[in-house]
Amino acid sequence: MLSTTRRSVAEAVLLTITLASCGGTSAGDGGSNSPTTSGDTIIRIDGSSTVFPVTEAVAEEFQKANRGTRVTVGISGTGGGFQKFCRDEIDIADASRPISSTEQDACEKTGVQFIELPVAYDGLAIVVHPRNTWATSMTVGELKKLWEPAAQGKLAKWSQVRDGWPDREIHLFGPGVDSGTFDYFTEAIIGKTDQSRGDYTSSEDDNVVVQGVSGDEFALGYFGFAYYEENQGKLKLVAVDDGNDANGKGPILPSPETVKDGSYFPLSRPVFIYVKVKSLEKPEVKSFVEFYLAKGAPLVREVGYIPLGDKEYGLVQGRFSAKTAGSMYQGTDSHSSMSLEQRLMR
Amino acid sequence: MTTTAAATANPPLGRTPFLRYSGDRLLGLFGLLVMLLVLVALMALLYDIARDGLGRLSWQFVTSYPSRRASEAGILPALVGSIYIIGITALIAVPLGVGAAIYLEEYGARGSWARIVEINIANLAGVPSIIYGLLGLGLFVRSLGMGRSVVAGASTLALLVLPTVIISTREALRAVPKSLREGSYALGATQWQTIQHQVLPAAIPGILTGLILALSRAIGETAPLITIGALTYVPFLPDGIWSPFTVLPIQIFSWVSRPQAAFAENAAAGILILLLLLLTMNAVAIVVRDRFQRTKY
Repeated sequence: MLSTTRRSVAEAVLLTITLASCGGTSAGDGGSNSPTTSGDTIIRIDGSSTVFPVTEAVAEEFQKANRGTRVTVGISGTGGGFQKFCRDEIDIADASRPISSTEQDACEKTGVQFIELPVAYDGLAIVVHPRNTWATSMTVGELKKLWEPAAQGKLAKWSQVRDGWPDREIHLFGPGVDSGTFDYFTEAIIGKTDQSRGDYTSSEDDNVVVQGVSGDEFALGYFGFAYYEENQGKLKLVAVDDGNDANGKGPILPSPETVKDGSYFPLSRPVFIYVKVKSLEKPEVKSFVEFYLAKGAPLVREVGYIPLGDKEYGLVQGRFSAKTAGSMYQGTDSHSSMSLEQRLMR
Repeated sequence: MTTTAAATANPPLGRTPFLRYSGDRLLGLFGLLVMLLVLVALMALLYDIARDGLGRLSWQFVTSYPSRRASEAGILPALVGSIYIIGITALIAVPLGVGAAIYLEEYGARGSWARIVEINIANLAGVPSIIYGLLGLGLFVRSLGMGRSVVAGASTLALLVLPTVIISTREALRAVPKSLREGSYALGATQWQTIQHQVLPAAIPGILTGLILALSRAIGETAPLITIGALTYVPFLPDGIWSPFTVLPIQIFSWVSRPQAAFAENAAAGILILLLLLLTMNAVAIVVRDRFQRTKY
């Protein structure tokens, strides 16, 4: 009796597995069909969490103006966004840096053509405690000396950064290594992506870095300009001197103006959306991007970023309507002093 | 030699009870302190969240869609998404997990093979959740073509909680007294009849406790869902198992990292909603469990 029971149970289990796998396959077929059919009404966006607030704001307004269209936005990171973009899974990728050559190759392999559209500027603020009276400005060289990997464990006092500064320990705060802000700071200041000293207090959440600097008189930290604007009373900005008088003489403080006109160099960067050319066959995607470029500027400011200039918006719109595919950073150093306007006109 | 051994085994009377009881008391006191410490930490956390979030908690907050303006933003798609996901996760994980546990505990052969399976399941329970996210991305989202849908997310979470469900169900089945089964067999019941009418009902309270622990873990997960492509801004409710979705932890995570302080309040209010959802789930499980206990005995 026991053996028959055992056999029937084994059969039942087998049957379940077969059924489950059948269900899996049929569900799989249904799955690959239904997202594409319903995908006609959904504009799929994913990518950088830095660009997310801008795209979210535009999506919100766009849907108020166009009832019935659906926009979804994810935050799988710039790299994660490009991966999905080149696999043809989304319509638009949010990116806080230009597409890399490896990512371009991936897109080429799957035949995904894209239009690269800058949509806003993001500035990086160097901040100290309000009671810090000495560090009103720093040169790029001093920042490099302070943050480069060789400084680890050796450069520990303010007086080592510049003669005459207090002989007190310096406490460093910054974003974690997975953050786009970290990539960008290291590339702009150290010269190599992801090369930084490791002995500083780090957090993936910029609000934690704000807390750290605002509570420590001998602290120095860096994070996105929006986080400074929201915490102005608790922090003090450090002006940055890039040693090049052609784009602004001497040390420059970050502000919407200096970030926009490029004089706050090298710690301001454009952020992008990448639009799939094929998705423009869907009228919703086309009108969404048009809306983004035409009505985006006040929304960009509202969520804490800095809009492009009118002239640049004009050039970007031209780029979109001409469907200029490819990256304007291809074959160039993305941190050369070439301005966005020059790149757009190239 | 013998005398010293006897002496240590029987220390002079009078001191023994004092020593024994003082050790007892010390341990009791220590336990109390540890419990208070944990409670104080928990209360501090809850107080902090309630202070930030209670003011923001309103009907508008529960019924609104996400927005760039913190005061207009709401949690509705994330709340519905979480309920949807956890429901389907339970639908997938419960029959598979309980079925596997019944097989392993009641039918499966004991031997080295069983031990290997057992060790593997125990190990799977300790695998970091992001690994399940990667598995879900490769298997459900891409190979099976489910896309970034509710069903892909629920399947991934179901895999994540399966080991916990299996282990706790096996514990519950093992706790059923042998006499119950033997009594059933003695009356001529088959093995399945015994399991169905005697073992399972007796084990259900334990199984439910395990389920609640497992699902409570699943409802707080962010990493595997972000990996499989759960979204952050979804201005509509899931309208089927193929719909894109977001869940409460992702929405909270996104709000926490915003520069504006008002979003931090939203995040705190979101955490309160998540806690409420969790408590509701637990309450339902406790009611069901009590009912089973009452009808059984």
